[in-house]
Amino acid sequence: MNVNQSAPPVPPFGQPQPIYPGYHQSSYGGQPGSTAPPTPYGAYNGPVPGYQQTPPQGMSRAPPSSGAPPASTAQAPCGPATYGQFGQGDVQNGPSSTVQVQRLPGSQPFGSPLAPVVSQPAVLQSYGPPPTSAQVTTQLAGMQISGAVAPAPPTSGMGYGSFGPARGPQPNYGSPYPGAATFGSQPGPPQPLPPKRLDPDAIPSPQLNELPPQQKTRHRIDPDAIPSPIQVIEDDRNNRGTEPFVTGVRGQVPPLVTTNFLVKDQGNASPRYIRCTSYNIPCTSDMAKQAQVPLAAVIKPLARLPPEEASPYVVDHGESGPLRCNRCKAYMCPFMQFIEGGRRFQCCFCSCINDVPPQYFQHLDHTGKRVDAYDRPELSLGSYEFLATVDYCKNNKFPSPPAFIFMIDVSYNAIRTGLVRLLCEELKSLLDFLPREGGAEESAIRVGFVTYNKVLHFYNVKSSLAQPQMMVVSDVADMFVPLLDGFLVNVIESRAVITSLLDQIPEMFADTRETETVFAPVIQAGMEALKAAECAGKLFLFHTSLPMAEAPGKLKNRDDRKLINTDKEKTLFQPQTGAYQTLAKECVAQGCCVDLFLFPNQYVDVATLSVVPQLTGGSVYKYACFQVENDQERFLSDLRRDVQKVVGFDAVMRVRTSTGIRAVDFFGAFYMSNTTDVELAGLDGDKTVTVEFKHDDRLNEESGALLQCALLYTSCAGQRRLRIHNLALNCCTQLADMYRNCETDTLINYMAKFAYRAVLNSPVKAVRDTLITQCAQILACYRKNCASPSSAGQLILPECMKLLPVYLNCVLKSDVLQPGAEVTTDDRAYVRQLVTSMDVAETNVFFYPRLLPLTKSPIESTTEPPAVRASEERLSNGDVYLLENGLNLFLWVGASVQQGVVQSLFSVSSFSQITSGLSVLPILDNPLSKKVRDLIDSLRAQRSRYMKLIVVKQEDKLEMLFKHFLVEDKSLSGGASYVDFLCHMHKEIRQLLS
Amino acid sequence: MATYLEFIQQNEERDGVRFSWNVWPSSRLEATRMVVPLACLLTPLKERPDLPPVQYEPVLCSRPTCKAVLNPLCQVDYRAKLWACNFCFQRNQFPPAYGGISEVNQPAELMPQFSTIEYMIQRGAQSPLIFLYVVDTCLEEDDLQALKESLQMSLSLLPPDALVGLITFGRMVQVHELSCEGISKSYVFRGTKDLTAKQIQDMLGLTKPAMPMQQARPPQPQEHPLVSSRFLQPIHKIDMNLTDLLGELQRDPWPVTQGKRPLRSTGVALSIAVGLLEGTFPNTGARIMLFTGGPPTQGPGMVVGDELKIPIRSWHDIEKDNARFMKKATKHYEMLANRTATNGHCIDIYACALDQTGLLEMKCCANLTGGHMVMGDSFNTSLFKQTFQRIFSKDFNGDFRMAFGATLEVKTSRELKIAGAIGPCVSLNVKGPCVSENELGVGGTSQWKICGLDPTSTLGIYFEVVNQHNSPIPQGGRGAIQFVTQYQHSSTQRRIRVTTIARNWADAQSQLRHIEAAFDQEAAAVLMARLGVFRAESEEGPDVLRWLDRQLIRLCQKFGQYNKEDPTSFRLSDSFSLYPQFMFHLRRSPFLQVFNNSPDESSYYRHHFARQDLTQSLIMIQPILYSYSFQGPPEPVLLDSSSILADRILLMDTFFQIVIYLGETIAQWRKAGYQDMAEYKNFKHLLQAPLDDAQEILQARFPMPRYINTEHGGSQARFLLSKVNPSQTHNNLYAWGQETGAPILTDDVSLQVFMDHLKKLAVSSAC
Repeated sequence: MNVNQSAPPVPPFGQPQPIYPGYHQSSYGGQPGSTAPPTPYGAYNGPVPGYQQTPPQGMSRAPPSSGAPPASTAQAPCGPATYGQFGQGDVQNGPSSTVQVQRLPGSQPFGSPLAPVVSQPAVLQSYGPPPTSAQVTTQLAGMQISGAVAPAPPTSGMGYGSFGPARGPQPNYGSPYPGAATFGSQPGPPQPLPPKRLDPDAIPSPQLNELPPQQKTRHRIDPDAIPSPIQVIEDDRNNRGTEPFVTGVRGQVPPLVTTNFLVKDQGNASPRYIRCTSYNIPCTSDMAKQAQVPLAAVIKPLARLPPEEASPYVVDHGESGPLRCNRCKAYMCPFMQFIEGGRRFQCCFCSCINDVPPQYFQHLDHTGKRVDAYDRPELSLGSYEFLATVDYCKNNKFPSPPAFIFMIDVSYNAIRTGLVRLLCEELKSLLDFLPREGGAEESAIRVGFVTYNKVLHFYNVKSSLAQPQMMVVSDVADMFVPLLDGFLVNVIESRAVITSLLDQIPEMFADTRETETVFAPVIQAGMEALKAAECAGKLFLFHTSLPMAEAPGKLKNRDDRKLINTDKEKTLFQPQTGAYQTLAKECVAQGCCVDLFLFPNQYVDVATLSVVPQLTGGSVYKYACFQVENDQERFLSDLRRDVQKVVGFDAVMRVRTSTGIRAVDFFGAFYMSNTTDVELAGLDGDKTVTVEFKHDDRLNEESGALLQCALLYTSCAGQRRLRIHNLALNCCTQLADMYRNCETDTLINYMAKFAYRAVLNSPVKAVRDTLITQCAQILACYRKNCASPSSAGQLILPECMKLLPVYLNCVLKSDVLQPGAEVTTDDRAYVRQLVTSMDVAETNVFFYPRLLPLTKSPIESTTEPPAVRASEERLSNGDVYLLENGLNLFLWVGASVQQGVVQSLFSVSSFSQITSGLSVLPILDNPLSKKVRDLIDSLRAQRSRYMKLIVVKQEDKLEMLFKHFLVEDKSLSGGASYVDFLCHMHKEIRQLLS
Repeated sequence: MATYLEFIQQNEERDGVRFSWNVWPSSRLEATRMVVPLACLLTPLKERPDLPPVQYEPVLCSRPTCKAVLNPLCQVDYRAKLWACNFCFQRNQFPPAYGGISEVNQPAELMPQFSTIEYMIQRGAQSPLIFLYVVDTCLEEDDLQALKESLQMSLSLLPPDALVGLITFGRMVQVHELSCEGISKSYVFRGTKDLTAKQIQDMLGLTKPAMPMQQARPPQPQEHPLVSSRFLQPIHKIDMNLTDLLGELQRDPWPVTQGKRPLRSTGVALSIAVGLLEGTFPNTGARIMLFTGGPPTQGPGMVVGDELKIPIRSWHDIEKDNARFMKKATKHYEMLANRTATNGHCIDIYACALDQTGLLEMKCCANLTGGHMVMGDSFNTSLFKQTFQRIFSKDFNGDFRMAFGATLEVKTSRELKIAGAIGPCVSLNVKGPCVSENELGVGGTSQWKICGLDPTSTLGIYFEVVNQHNSPIPQGGRGAIQFVTQYQHSSTQRRIRVTTIARNWADAQSQLRHIEAAFDQEAAAVLMARLGVFRAESEEGPDVLRWLDRQLIRLCQKFGQYNKEDPTSFRLSDSFSLYPQFMFHLRRSPFLQVFNNSPDESSYYRHHFARQDLTQSLIMIQPILYSYSFQGPPEPVLLDSSSILADRILLMDTFFQIVIYLGETIAQWRKAGYQDMAEYKNFKHLLQAPLDDAQEILQARFPMPRYINTEHGGSQARFLLSKVNPSQTHNNLYAWGQETGAPILTDDVSLQVFMDHLKKLAVSSAC
């Protein structure tokens, strides 16, 4: 858990001393549930006394030393080594599918033990006789890594002796994964390692796959034998996709994000609103720290619901406003306990006893429930809304309807690419589709227009004018809004003037030679306009170039690839100037949300430009080298979606928890001026806030833990509302309970956001190491505390987390954390900020893309074809595949695909005639073409951003781009393959346990 | 030369010059003993229908420090084709073009009747006149509407090739681009931020990207129109466009909460107007016309805050040093005025509001640049509308009565030096041998810039006799002065008008009678008044009055005939007889008295006093009163309370006001409706007569006077009562007969009392 504290790079090993003594005193050993098998322990270091003198972690220094306990004991008698007692190296996978469904067994050792990295001759062991029930065996076959290998010799399985030789020729084995080495040097305890750490050779980036032994082993591990995301997703889909998910029961783990399911709200918020890393949280902070599983909730307060599910009811408590606890100010919710015949209620969060106001009084039934519980959403549902009173409004005034301001770059670049013309044309029709509230006939939102290059042009489009009026403000150093009346107008009233304006804008600037642009003054202007109109709103900025004109927020080109993999790499992610943070703060205060559409031809410093959108809850869209013919559809589709989507403005989100835990950290696109209130100038249905919790007291198994997320916002009609989401979680005293109720997808969402934020302050490599270490600790803790005894060579993974390694590897390999040569600094900054506000489903597919074979299933089947694992090995050159990750969409065509397929999809006669890089499939009237196009459409519909299609031919230049997304393979930029990473993870765990 | 009166009149008509003394005392000592300085009122562009300009350039004296223009006073050697400069005695060759010169074939400038001559210069690019409207939009709806109409109307009066520009202001300042089709475009500036000319030009996109100097130079003349074309357009091109634009002009849209003044950024608007012209058209004729309906309330140049509960400064506040913004604002406008003057542009201020608009602070803009200042109650009055129209009136040639960017150079013969000038001008700081060290008015220079002037603009120019007592001037010697006015005519030609005059020297001891007889008391009164008003701008009122009194007493001592200590023996000769009376009225005039006037009004009155010609100035000092009765034709009567009679109609012209006052009986008759009865037709005619006369004055005067029609006992009668000499007051009602006049309730001294004191002081040997 240490990782989640303010200084992320501090490695878990660097935990403060107090923890280690606990380990030393073999508290674990004393625990009834300890699964530590005695054999490896004994074999390694002898009986218990040896436990305290386990080898140091510094194995990385020199392999012999790691194998020489006495010496190492002397060197490092302390902490890290304590894990050594659990240092068995068996891979253990989850139980059988039936078991999965119930999620009951936390983990069970897999039948076929594998000892991947153990020794050269016998790298893998097939699982021997299953140590557990027969159920497990059903999956064994799938999990076998190499079918017919003899059972592992015990020595090789558990002894470091056998490990040692393996490492002998690889003395620097530790250094590629220097986690151990680096971390070892961090804590205070005397360690021999610090000098080592200073040696630059000791900390190269992990190049696991370059290591010969690793490669050898890799070939021998059957990829089918390691946990498959596809399998897990399919299983969940089959098992949980049919029945609706009823939220009445506390601590239920919802179906995976990849599963289609219906939700019935019976007192807890739908998983569409809140997902947690674990639905059963440890009662004490000690347990939590031991497990290292971050307690986090991924909250999407305004999530869109499928049409079958009702949106939250709006509750009006009249003039007195929503009923709240007097002390902690929590809102009335189903968990509030009514007592004294209904005259009072006890707050479920802070236990304060409050009087029930007379107008709210109701009798209780024999179970102590209010008679009207089911008539009142706030007493029976997990999610609902309150109408806010004037007390909840800024300046004690009901808000005016919000406004949209379109701010268009009209410098030479924007004109030349045809962007301005395209945009103006589109806006004419798009303005009819501004978001409206419920069944309102017309949108209450007012619109305004600004164009700019190095000066700003405001437009007066008052309905009474015959022609729009342009007002130029060239005082960019001290921006102000030149007009009040006529700038923000009702679309319908000013239709004619607006149309005339949009017609004229491209003409007016057609001959422009102005290449310089400003940026900060544009945002400033929009914000001032909203301020003058006393409303919240959203700015849509369409910007093309690095703002180099003399003005506040002026930027210089500071792109420097040489910084990659240095300590200064973080500066690439940091904004160039603090001016934008200041500006963002002002924007948030005004409820001014900024959406940025970028059309760069070269470096524009996304890291700096995205600061304001990021802090105001806005979105950034980037269309590199924009060309109307190629990118028009993507841009317009994104624009339409962005303009039409329902937005809450000027929002404040507060997460309250029951006593014992507390929200400590927040990730997402927002601004925080204090430690509790998440301020969002704008919040739409795609934006997610990830919240991390920490213990500040003991939790109670009986009462569980409650979360209440309250979001105060202004709806797009200008109504002030409160949206409340409640979620009750279980608490456990057994770690196994927690491991049984975890959700890996959410965990990955959290870890990715955590890591992506950490790169702002730490070297990327340190961030990667932190992640690896944390993951190893989570799994090691499970192995130590929860898994049933098994051979040390076995890798045992908790059922719920068996995908953690593969997903984590994807995060580690992502462009932000391990950039390839072709990834630009802007791309990295762009992705970094995108991920920050992604929800679980988005991160899931973003990090592990879906690869769909198109020609395998019969044409007539209407369902999506089952996905295959993202690995080149899974591609057959006679097939066509679609790959999507939420941002990109590829159509991969195998070299020997049937001519008929080529003909029906591309309308050309042979594979060689297919245009590589094609972005649109021809519309052909045959079942295959139709099916593929429908599939593409449906995939696009699932994602919040339009995915541009790229047709990739096998063996073509573009294939490199495509292969980047085959995340189970080793990547060109040095990312490990799944198998390699799993082996490495296994080794890390063994190190922790030994 | 029949009488001095005729001589003076003839000189005025021909040369536009009136001297306080027409025979000059020949030594410094004597001159200072004359009390009234040797000075003249010069109307540089006095209309001379009989004087067509000559189409060639003047011939200049070749001495670099002199450069006087060849004139009738020069001695010419026709055979040697030489001429001697009458100022420096340099002998000059005539230029080749004058080869055919002879006694019978003289160029015009040598003929005595052409002591004033106008040359037309063909050289140099002609640039069109520029009119830049700077319009306040914080007006009431009717006011704005009226103003818009006036402005639209004015477009039709402008010369067709003139460039026009439009700046509007309220809380913000908008510079309108006039060239664009479709969308109307304007550049907007914050009203609270002062910008340098450079910044303004940058922000308006007027600065070209830097070019190498050698390249930039040659194309500049052509580029000028291009660069600025967006904001200043020839009227014939954008007539319709601008008319529409003015028509669509809205009131300042920013809300004004109750108890607040609208935020008006006059200071910045003017600054931008000045900066715009400065960058694009330096040294060409341009008028910045500021129309404002209230005081500047924000930004540089703000005069009063926007809180209505804090009233705008009064004289009382100023005396108490309680006017918070005054000094800063004045500084701002002075800076602007000086910049404008440097560029040769002028600023007009048309201020129409019931309350003060900050003319006190802004006055220098008009005063230093020769612009007009018009003050009214509302733009929706004929006073404003007609006055504004009159700006564009034309002379007998069909030319506009306006000239731009003039420089006035004065040359004197060596016995004289130039002490200074008072009028709508700024010093060009040209030092020379003929510049005196003693300053009167704007001194220390022999050249002044007058950025805007019309045929009535008149400067007071003060001289100092420097000839020492011990080097007498030979009998019959004459002193000479040459005024050279170079200006841009409204037809955009450059012209030079040269006036050369000469007067006889006289020894004050032996020929005092001559000097005395040649005293022009009217000119002297106006010139002294200008000095007094000039002083009043910087000194406390009482000090100025005391100074004036002392000068008057000294003058009476010098030129009066009296026995010592015997007031009754005091006599003044004809040429001095009116002078004390002028001084009496001057003391009471709003130019020196601030009581009952707002600071804005004082500034307004002083502005006009410092630029009108002698006749108008005299009217301002001592208003004219006509009496209409059945007894005969209208007759001028004494400006005295005794002239207010029951059966008379009075018409008073104070220059700023025309008052028609019906005596008590007349008023009763009119009330009874006699004028509508056929048998009392003559009464109707009597009532009509002053109205017709007033109309005549109203038609001719600029700015149009306030027209007041009142009667006995009417509240507006105060305008008359405050002007007349209070010979009958509540104090002396019985002492002064009973048959005539109306008593004035005042403690002011009457002319009679004033004269009594004056005589007493003049004859006393104490002072």
